[in-house]
Amino acid sequence: MDAALVGGGGLAGPGPGSGPDGELPELASVHWRPRADARRLRRSDRLWTLSTVAHTAPFLATAIGLPLLDPVTIPVALIALAYAWFIPELYAARGAGVVREPRGRRVGAARSATAGAGREAADSRALGLLGDLVGHAARELLARTGMVLERGELGVWLVAGAGALLVRPGGRRVQCYCVHATGDELPRADRVAHLLLALRADESGFATVANLTFSGSCWRLRRRLPPPVREALRAAVAAAARGQ
Amino acid sequence: MTSRIICGRNRFWEAAVSRLIRMDHTGHTELAQWSAQDEAAFGEAREALRAELDRGYFAVSSDVDGSAEQVRELPLDAELVILRRPIAGG
Repeated sequence: MDAALVGGGGLAGPGPGSGPDGELPELASVHWRPRADARRLRRSDRLWTLSTVAHTAPFLATAIGLPLLDPVTIPVALIALAYAWFIPELYAARGAGVVREPRGRRVGAARSATAGAGREAADSRALGLLGDLVGHAARELLARTGMVLERGELGVWLVAGAGALLVRPGGRRVQCYCVHATGDELPRADRVAHLLLALRADESGFATVANLTFSGSCWRLRRRLPPPVREALRAAVAAAARGQ
Repeated sequence: MTSRIICGRNRFWEAAVSRLIRMDHTGHTELAQWSAQDEAAFGEAREALRAELDRGYFAVSSDVDGSAEQVRELPLDAELVILRRPIAGG
């Protein structure tokens, strides 16, 4: 495998284009993970909810119990209440991070004039290809938000350059996945196209390879997202609520 | 995002020939073209695909309907085959 492609982190090489027909070859590098499917994703959702309850319930109990024992502890109870609110917010912020551009890769990041011109030409070519890969409605959303909406068996996906959001059927819950194309610098639209093609080729394999960073209510995540991504999330929630 | 994609046409699928392209730092590079009638061009495209697979790229056959399939050999009837890099979580 070309070292330039796998970069420093490098995938464990599964061999040239290998893997059973239709399956993402990258699954070989996460062979210990069970393949994601609707049942496993529901289980993940429940575990995240349980985890959130386990983190917040002690603080809530403290916030309620202390003032009942002695009103002088009200300041401590307020601090406990703040913690109970703050912890789920931290998780949501972590989830929202998957759609943020890594530093140095942001469009318009400082660079030399020559490199900048080359980069802009590459961005434009990559954007043209990505635009050709998606339908008209998705293309319009891409132009406004920089994200691609893709309907799948597991829900409605929003694909960004270094991660993806999965709005679960019904549109109330969302999962955030951290996943990216390996190797040297790619134009932003190309990084989106890499993820989109992998998702289309093997949705469940894509969800298996990607790292789940958050699962929770859409409203909790929405507040942590930049405005363009909020619009994309709104569209995905609407699509998921309509039953796709 | 530029306005280019708003008026984007599916030029890859409108073409009479099939294309093998590689996504890279230049945006993308067209490596080969072929048609069902041109065996020599298909052979060249197949060799180009194998060389890229050996370099660590993965090939995806993409259809105009939005479906995609991971492939290891060049399908003769594919309209667009795209070479992509491996993806990884984290």
